[in-house]
Amino acid sequence: MSAIVLAVIGLVAISSGYFFYSKFIAEKIYQLDPDFETPAHTMRDDVDYIPTHRIVLWGHHFTAVAGAAPIIGPAIAVIWGWLPAFIWVIGGTIFFAGVHDFGAIWASVRNRGTSVGSFSGDVVSPRARTLFMIVIFFLLLMVNAVFAVAISDALVASPSAVIPVWSAIAVAIVIGVLIYKVGVPILWPTVIGTIILYVVIYVGDRVPVELPEVFLGLGAAPQWIVILFAYALVASLLPVWLLLQPRDYINGIQLIIGLGLLFGAVFIANPTIVAPAFNTNVPEGTPPLIPLLFVTIACGAISGFHGLVASGTTAKQLNKETDARFVGYLGSSGEGLLALVTIIAVTAGFASLAEWEATYTAFGTTGIATFVAGGSTIIAAGTGLPVEFAATLLAVMAVLFAGTTMDAGVRLQRYIIQEWGTIYKIPTLQNGYIATFLAVGACLALAFGAGGSDGQGGMSIWPLFGTTNQLLAGLTLLVISIMLVKLRRRYIFTLVPMVFVTIMAFLAALYQLWDLFTSQQYVLVGLDILIVIAAIFVLLEATSAFFREKRAAAAPSG
Amino acid sequence: MKWADIKEKLRWCAYLASEAYNMPYRSTVARAKREQDDLFMLLIFSEMMGIPNPATYYTLELQPIMLERFHDWHTRMGMEHSPLDGFRCC
Repeated sequence: MSAIVLAVIGLVAISSGYFFYSKFIAEKIYQLDPDFETPAHTMRDDVDYIPTHRIVLWGHHFTAVAGAAPIIGPAIAVIWGWLPAFIWVIGGTIFFAGVHDFGAIWASVRNRGTSVGSFSGDVVSPRARTLFMIVIFFLLLMVNAVFAVAISDALVASPSAVIPVWSAIAVAIVIGVLIYKVGVPILWPTVIGTIILYVVIYVGDRVPVELPEVFLGLGAAPQWIVILFAYALVASLLPVWLLLQPRDYINGIQLIIGLGLLFGAVFIANPTIVAPAFNTNVPEGTPPLIPLLFVTIACGAISGFHGLVASGTTAKQLNKETDARFVGYLGSSGEGLLALVTIIAVTAGFASLAEWEATYTAFGTTGIATFVAGGSTIIAAGTGLPVEFAATLLAVMAVLFAGTTMDAGVRLQRYIIQEWGTIYKIPTLQNGYIATFLAVGACLALAFGAGGSDGQGGMSIWPLFGTTNQLLAGLTLLVISIMLVKLRRRYIFTLVPMVFVTIMAFLAALYQLWDLFTSQQYVLVGLDILIVIAAIFVLLEATSAFFREKRAAAAPSG
Repeated sequence: MKWADIKEKLRWCAYLASEAYNMPYRSTVARAKREQDDLFMLLIFSEMMGIPNPATYYTLELQPIMLERFHDWHTRMGMEHSPLDGFRCC
């Protein structure tokens, strides 16, 4: 089958979702009011609350949610064939992710712009707020470990990406200093920085860097993991304007260029999808499609992490309530497009079915490297660029996304540990350096416990990460549904996705419990048990809160 | 397209780029700036709140240079003695 057909069907479906379904949700369900004064106006303080142009907010939402995760998830999940992944990504983006992100912004705007976690205490129950905190902590712990493993695998697979990836940090610091300290207008550093980055990609392509095969008893991949966490330790202590801010900005530009290049190349080269629609010949040890597909692809179909972005920052800066549809729904649609192009890259970027099957030999061994291999073939065919250069370019793009997520993840975790220090009055934990060391140490231990130490690149932690992400999405959808019940509106459009993702996450956690136990990965078994318990509590909380509110709404008022 | 139109478009791009750059970290940077300002204010108003100002101690180093001018100043101002605790005169 032609990849163009798949791309066109996906693009048309996602656009229809925005033009028709999100319009219906905006008008009939969330009932956005153009005259409603948003918290950005009523609580304006020019620090957190400030009305911002909707295109800027959309760009922020889109670049914050579209990272390495919508690349890794589909790159693993097409092992069941391209059709299940395609249906889940497109259907998920339209009916799940869009409604979730859009709803999180709306709910937050109607609750003084606070985060979903914090107002869930008022809307649902204090228990829901505690659950939010626990699930977020697990998510952050796993995010850093999972991305460290993913980056180390990618750097081992693409040695040509090493120089550009680390040079990007220097480029970011120069841009940060130029803009913040020297006060140079932004356009020049943007243009020159982007050009330098692409020149360095060319250099990296010529000068690949490989770490020694064994150093101090560690293989190449574990060595990278240690280096990455050492970097994350330093990076998370630096002021944000110096590194994190310009790095995010460069990534945003990379994302837009990368997406344009990939979709453009697909339309010019028109590659053929060699992978089967349904893979009846899955490698031994592949878990069942239901429920694992729905946690393997989290970002790209629906992800609870989006709710944190939507309600944490976006909602405080929304100029008009009606902008929520454009920012939230279209922002998550952008991520769906990245997942879509990844599906095409990892199913149409191979010469034959035999070559594809030779890549997909076991569940969880594919990821960024597979996306790079497939995507670079398509880019080379479509644009005439050398395939090695295209591969370096894609590897750099994916690693930069994952790297920035790690930077932010370690920083957030440090804040959580410092907060515990304040709550429980432990002055040692309040120290920024100690908190950072603890955060990095915990993630490093998990990364090594999650298959990083043997350098085999086992991403056995990936589905667990997806499970936690879906639980968070379920919690956010629960809060939105309860708000709709209280307002006596139709709640089916948020409740069905909520029930679906939570049950899938629960089943997936149970399945993995058995799977991890038999493969003797006891660190992850422990983590999984905690996640199963959290999932049970989410389901119980949802049921009790939902029926309580329904009874309250049914009772005659007055 | 006229030159003015192109300039207008470029200005719009620059606005979007700078907003895209600043927006995600606006609150973090503003908060850090506010913390610095808070510390500065605390230093300035510390004596008013009964907290000894560490700056006073360090201004003692200026005394030999300032002494004559300071004496002239406080007598001109109609004060027989130095009004400051940390800066004695006569």
